[in-house]
Amino acid sequence: MAVTDTGQTKVRAKRPSRLFKNMAAKIAAIPMIFTALVVFVGCTLWTIYHSFTRSRLLPAPDKWVGLDNYERLWGENRWLISIENLAIYGLCSLVLSLTIGFVLAALLDRKIRFENTIRTIILYPFALSFVVTGLAWQWILNPELGLQNTVRNIGWESFTFDPLNNADIVIYGVLIAGIWQGSGFVMVLLLAGMRGIDEDVWKASRVEGIPAWKTYIFIVIPMMRPVFVTALVIISAGIIKVYDLVVAQTSGGPGIASEVPAKYVIEKMFQAQNLGLGFAASTMMLLSVLVVLIPWAYLEFGGKKNG
Amino acid sequence: MTYSVEIKQLDLAFGAVKVLQGLDLNVSEGEFLVLLGSSGCGKSTLLNCIAGLLEITDGQIFIKGENVTWAEPSERGIGMVFQSYALYPQMTVKGNLSFGLKNAKIPKNEIEKRVARAAEILQIGPLLDRKPGALSGGQRQRVAIGRALVRDVDVFLFDEPLSNLDAKLRVDLRVELKRLHNQLQNTMIYVTHDQVEAMTLADRIAVMKGGAIMQLGSPDEIYNKPRNLYVADFIGSPSMNFIEGHLEGGRFKVDDMVMPMDGYAFAAPQTADRPATIGIRPEHVVTGELVPNAPLQFAVDVDLVEPMGSDTLVYAKLGQHPFRIRMDGQASVKVGETISIGVDPSRASLFDTATEDRL
Repeated sequence: MAVTDTGQTKVRAKRPSRLFKNMAAKIAAIPMIFTALVVFVGCTLWTIYHSFTRSRLLPAPDKWVGLDNYERLWGENRWLISIENLAIYGLCSLVLSLTIGFVLAALLDRKIRFENTIRTIILYPFALSFVVTGLAWQWILNPELGLQNTVRNIGWESFTFDPLNNADIVIYGVLIAGIWQGSGFVMVLLLAGMRGIDEDVWKASRVEGIPAWKTYIFIVIPMMRPVFVTALVIISAGIIKVYDLVVAQTSGGPGIASEVPAKYVIEKMFQAQNLGLGFAASTMMLLSVLVVLIPWAYLEFGGKKNG
Repeated sequence: MTYSVEIKQLDLAFGAVKVLQGLDLNVSEGEFLVLLGSSGCGKSTLLNCIAGLLEITDGQIFIKGENVTWAEPSERGIGMVFQSYALYPQMTVKGNLSFGLKNAKIPKNEIEKRVARAAEILQIGPLLDRKPGALSGGQRQRVAIGRALVRDVDVFLFDEPLSNLDAKLRVDLRVELKRLHNQLQNTMIYVTHDQVEAMTLADRIAVMKGGAIMQLGSPDEIYNKPRNLYVADFIGSPSMNFIEGHLEGGRFKVDDMVMPMDGYAFAAPQTADRPATIGIRPEHVVTGELVPNAPLQFAVDVDLVEPMGSDTLVYAKLGQHPFRIRMDGQASVKVGETISIGVDPSRASLFDTATEDRL
């Protein structure tokens, strides 16, 4: 059909190619696709490949040694302690920051006075960097300067609380600082989720005589599932990569009692100049994330097709 | 006689803002009472006070003769239905109906019986195993009504239950609600801003404004004998025509027109002359061959015609005063025409211009 005098454009005889549909959006997405493919996928594959070599410095290509690095890694006490610490820190920090965050959010949600002020105070630690948090808590937990000394000065002479100097419980000292910093953020996130819940639901449950705690557990928490998933992902990411907090608070000590995997990786890569071993350790970290992530993703997204 | 719901001198203030003040209201057993008003008039607030969801500042509330002023909502013997349905989204319909009962430690077979009965009355039997997300708006609201029903209570409270539904469903559910009330004979208190819902459902309507009840009466009284200008203006669509003039010796005068108010039922004998406002409903104006029989006859100039199918709305001028007339849908009126109309003073309303109260 030709263009007519009235300005009508001609009607295409063929269906336009799907490749050119939404062209602007596709062009806009190219940088991100490129980043994802090259930086994330590419570097991950590169790292995994070199974890099977005995590379020591960049540029890395060196002799293929198979699983040697992994054998060495899992034979090393420091790595095992790191993994154990991460497990303790991760589990406790996940459970505690979600619980504390939720309880704080639930308390703030009861229409109290000075809500904004309290919310700001609780959220403040989140604005600090891990280094500052680590240092502050190093002082607070220092037996000579901090909490222990203060309580002893008050009169309780035998009071002992020095987690940072005790190799058996040092990771809990780190945990306290981590939760102090993180639970405010969880609280704000969950509070936002709670505010999104229709007030009539609360009214309905009150009319039915359902106690507040039951309403939270059976009605509100199930309704807040997406917010919980978001909080969980953010907390977990923070746990896996915990590094600066430990460096600032304990430097991995006493001895190697508070080592964590991220610290191990960085030190092997940039100080011990053993790229292969560092890469093997980071591959193990990736693997541990996938072990958690894949079943969850399967449940979350795979289940929907059937249901 | 004990009332089903009795409210005495109810005050409610949020800080310095007084929302309800010295409000009295009695609802008889089995009555369908509608609280009607525009948004912000305090009707939902009043309902929440009756439900116990808001703590009142002063006054007393009795339900079935029992003082429940400080009782928890669940102890008041009420069931409530909300505008947004307020269903528990993670539970099935059955779960929604039975959750409160389970919590109240009611025996299992009793719960089964009540759920089955509610499902039968509301025709939601086939939906019992679905979740609210898989239901339409009308079905959800039916489940919400069911949740009030299984509580086996005497008083039902409805907070604008039909406002979230589309127009056609609203009419259907309105009819169902009326049928439900006929069947159950419970006391129902119903909040709405929709005057059609109020007129069709209510035994009595309480028209509210600014936290006070302007008029409490049957739909017929509210429509035909509005107690003040606000009620007269609020009820009826299109709303009443008002013309300000003077009442002199039982006759209403405006400009050079004189309307003898023969047949008008004055609330009190009128002795003094005073400024007054006459209110005439557009649908109470007669046209065509009916005009010669009307006690009062005028000629009006047609400004604008809105045909609405079932009837035709004519915007006209009576002297200088805008005047709306509702005519038959078949009526052929043209803009610019002068037509004669007839008015019956016994169907009109007269208000004192100063106090806005009915004369």
